[in-house]
Amino acid sequence: MADKHPHAEWSGKMFDIMRDAGITLFSHVPDAGNDALIQLAEEHNETQAVLLTTEEEGVAICAGAELVGKRAVLCMQSSGLGNCPNYLTLAKGGRFPILMMISMRGDFGEQNPWQYPMGEATDDLLKAMNILVFKVDRPDELEAATTAAVNASGKGGRAAAIVLSQKFLGAKGF
Amino acid sequence: MTTSPTGNIDRRELLPQLFPNQQDWLFVSGLAGASKDAADLTKDGPNLFSMAGGMGSAVPMGLGMALSAPDRDVAVINGDGEMLMGIGSLVTVASASPNNLTIVCEDNAMHGETGRQTGHTSRVANLEAMAKAAGIQSTMTISEPGQIADAIRFIKEAPGPRFLLVRILPTDPCTFKRDMDLAACRVRFKDAFKASAA
Repeated sequence: MADKHPHAEWSGKMFDIMRDAGITLFSHVPDAGNDALIQLAEEHNETQAVLLTTEEEGVAICAGAELVGKRAVLCMQSSGLGNCPNYLTLAKGGRFPILMMISMRGDFGEQNPWQYPMGEATDDLLKAMNILVFKVDRPDELEAATTAAVNASGKGGRAAAIVLSQKFLGAKGF
Repeated sequence: MTTSPTGNIDRRELLPQLFPNQQDWLFVSGLAGASKDAADLTKDGPNLFSMAGGMGSAVPMGLGMALSAPDRDVAVINGDGEMLMGIGSLVTVASASPNNLTIVCEDNAMHGETGRQTGHTSRVANLEAMAKAAGIQSTMTISEPGQIADAIRFIKEAPGPRFLLVRILPTDPCTFKRDMDLAACRVRFKDAFKASAA
């Protein structure tokens, strides 16, 4: 698959950075934006993809892994962030350095009106729960933003989100 | 509002019987009474991360722990309200299927912490049936003290992940005073785990 997937190239770079940083669990709610990354996590023998029922479970999975010295990431659409704030008590109050990879909906080029309300609230929600934001609008920002977020949530001890805009991902037609 | 007891097991005496070697386990407990019972079991020891918020998160936190520490036994202690709020996490557990994860759900069919309001399981909802339908490999319900020996065997011998539903009397939970500083408890747990793994 990987060489044909439209997001294969940057997903491979992101996966390598995350795997090199010791991230073993890739929890996710499926999305076009994280599809290639999750396939890599499924294929690699040192990483495991964990399919979630709802996004906030991934916050708790990241926290549980961290308690036993391992690292995990939560991959989801921006709409799924709306399911997470109460569990992000673990980040804001418990200082769990939760790492998120968020593929945006409801921003640049969106054609589905249902996606705008949460898309427009994404930055405010992240800020409200003390999550650092590392945004990617252009391909040349991907590696630096991923590394920065992974380091912030590693030795930096802060919850962090890599936010992939629709300028970067492309907006799907409706 | 009054709630009829769903079973005859005293929650205050349950966990020490189910986990006689509690120090060998890693525990995550959900709010509210479940965390008090778990804190009494471990004397709020560093092998317990107990919660008083983030309702529903205990099971997925235990899942993250079980997948990340596959050579350790992990137990989640929660109540029926907490379990229902994160009910989808049973499906996530079943799909990932860690064999080192045990979930013990203390079902008193009410929201004890907020004023003993009647819960869904006092009516028709059945949490063991939901766990089974989610695909959890091993499930069991006990409601009488005489069944606790079977539950001990279940935890020891049934293939994981395991879901044990315990129908309890509508008593107050244990009263052990635990540390409520979640950031401090995180560090306490992490440091103790690291030391035990070294």
